Amino acid sequence: MTEVLLAAENIHKSFGAVTAAKDVNVSMPKGAVWSLIGSNGAGKTTFVNMVTGYIKPDQGRIMFGGQDITSFSPREVTKAGIRRSFQIPQLCGEMNVLENMLISLSINGDTPPSFWAHAKKKQNVEQAMAVLEQFRIADHRNRLIGELSAGVRKLLDIAMAMTGNPKVMMLDEPTSGVAAEEKYPIMDLVIETLKAAKVTIIFVEHDMDIVTRYSERVLAFYNGQIIADDAPDQLLADPEVKRYVTGTSS
Amino acid sequence: MIFLRSIWGSALLALIILILCGLALPEWAVFLVTISLSKGLVALGLVALMRGGLVSFGQGLYFCVGAYAAGFMANWFGITDVFLLTFIGVLLSGAMGAIFGPLLATYRGIFFAMLSLSLSMILYGVLSKMSVIGGTDGLNIAAPTFLGYEPEGWELGISLYLFTCVATVLAGAIMRIFFDSQRGLISLAIRDNELRVEYLGASVRKVISINYIFAAVLGGVGGVISGLAIGHVDPEYSYWTTSGEFVFVAILSGHLSIAAVFISSIVLEVVRSFSNLYFPNTWQLSLGVFLLIVIFVLPKGLGSLKILNRNADAADKQDTKETP
Repeated sequence: MTEVLLAAENIHKSFGAVTAAKDVNVSMPKGAVWSLIGSNGAGKTTFVNMVTGYIKPDQGRIMFGGQDITSFSPREVTKAGIRRSFQIPQLCGEMNVLENMLISLSINGDTPPSFWAHAKKKQNVEQAMAVLEQFRIADHRNRLIGELSAGVRKLLDIAMAMTGNPKVMMLDEPTSGVAAEEKYPIMDLVIETLKAAKVTIIFVEHDMDIVTRYSERVLAFYNGQIIADDAPDQLLADPEVKRYVTGTSS
Repeated sequence: MIFLRSIWGSALLALIILILCGLALPEWAVFLVTISLSKGLVALGLVALMRGGLVSFGQGLYFCVGAYAAGFMANWFGITDVFLLTFIGVLLSGAMGAIFGPLLATYRGIFFAMLSLSLSMILYGVLSKMSVIGGTDGLNIAAPTFLGYEPEGWELGISLYLFTCVATVLAGAIMRIFFDSQRGLISLAIRDNELRVEYLGASVRKVISINYIFAAVLGGVGGVISGLAIGHVDPEYSYWTTSGEFVFVAILSGHLSIAAVFISSIVLEVVRSFSNLYFPNTWQLSLGVFLLIVIFVLPKGLGSLKILNRNADAADKQDTKETP
């Protein structure tokens, strides 16, 4: 039997009269690549936000590696091994790419961040460059965030989240805002890198071609509920999914 | 040359220049620079907070704690050694910073500024009403001694000046190392994107608390030196206009250069002294005009001038080439 790494048990979340999550149950095995689909407001990002500690569920619990992480703060969730990227990449805009990477490595190094060791000492820079090269954005090292394309920003956001050996990576719309010709190269690179590091992957996506190509299993959200949960081809053929999520005729 | 370009080399060079200036300057100017450097220390602490995106309008609290600590120790316990007084000032202000820092670290923007201001105004109110320690008149502080050496007159002024120079250069070098460290870089990241830092696994509250304690300690040292230089301390040290001066210096200097903080503090004292002399009723106006000019011409403060910022060249040479 496959080991369950991340589980959401009957989680529920309301914002006033709006129900963003209702009886959501997820049981995700280690090493899987899953995607979350649904129209805007269906509850995908709410689910990601609850798992990563940004918002707390009203009911239910979230288990990670046998540990109850329901009340964890974003920092505690991160320390536990769940990382995330954002729909709008969360980067330090006044710094360049290398400095952003150095921040990530300073926080997630083998030792706690130093009060005296220079942040840009040779060893740190080499380590940061190695990660940037892995994500093929090393050439942009001296560019400020405002000068980067959407694709490079997404890659940097994910590269920063990758430091510290995460166990789960939650990618919130990794290809949104990215030029059409960049989508597949970015997803190829990200999925390949994360799989090589044995990271369990969940990504939120609107592009069904991306969903079909990269995910092993898909959860379809509608009105805060999971209405279907299956392999991509079977799920996209589901009449309910066609009606409420993809909008295609049956 | 390599040593001179290092932090400790630059610090040694700065110390030599300051000592030579002290020996060459007239007595009134030595006093003015002593006060400027002591206030610059407080502003340096404020800059440490500003690097994390926060502005405290209450650094007068620690300035006042340091000065009153020196006053109490000298008057009640007969301790006049400047090193011991500074150490006690550091302990007291650091301890207060360690209490208030974690409480204030949960607030941001105007709330942080106003809460820090309110703490300093509470101290002002308490000190003003306590007649046992002089009330609004404050306390006189006995002349300091230096490891048994008891200078008087000009010698006292220059001895305290030299002590101030050593404290300033030491604090400047330590803060430069801190600003350039991994912790320093994380502070800058917090100012830029707090959410990102939390999601990388760092405690923003802890980083801000540490910055606040650094600022409190520097405020205490500045207060001890100011109190000893003037020979008097009163509740005005904790008044909001005093805290405002430190904010003025911090804005004038920006957060890019340590030297700029002390230069800004000297500039403020010089402008204030001469404006006060020539336009006694409108000197604040000239200070305001001066700050406006600096904000328009150098929005990142005096520290953005290449001569004061070793990283300015590197920033200008940033590679902006497109990659395929």
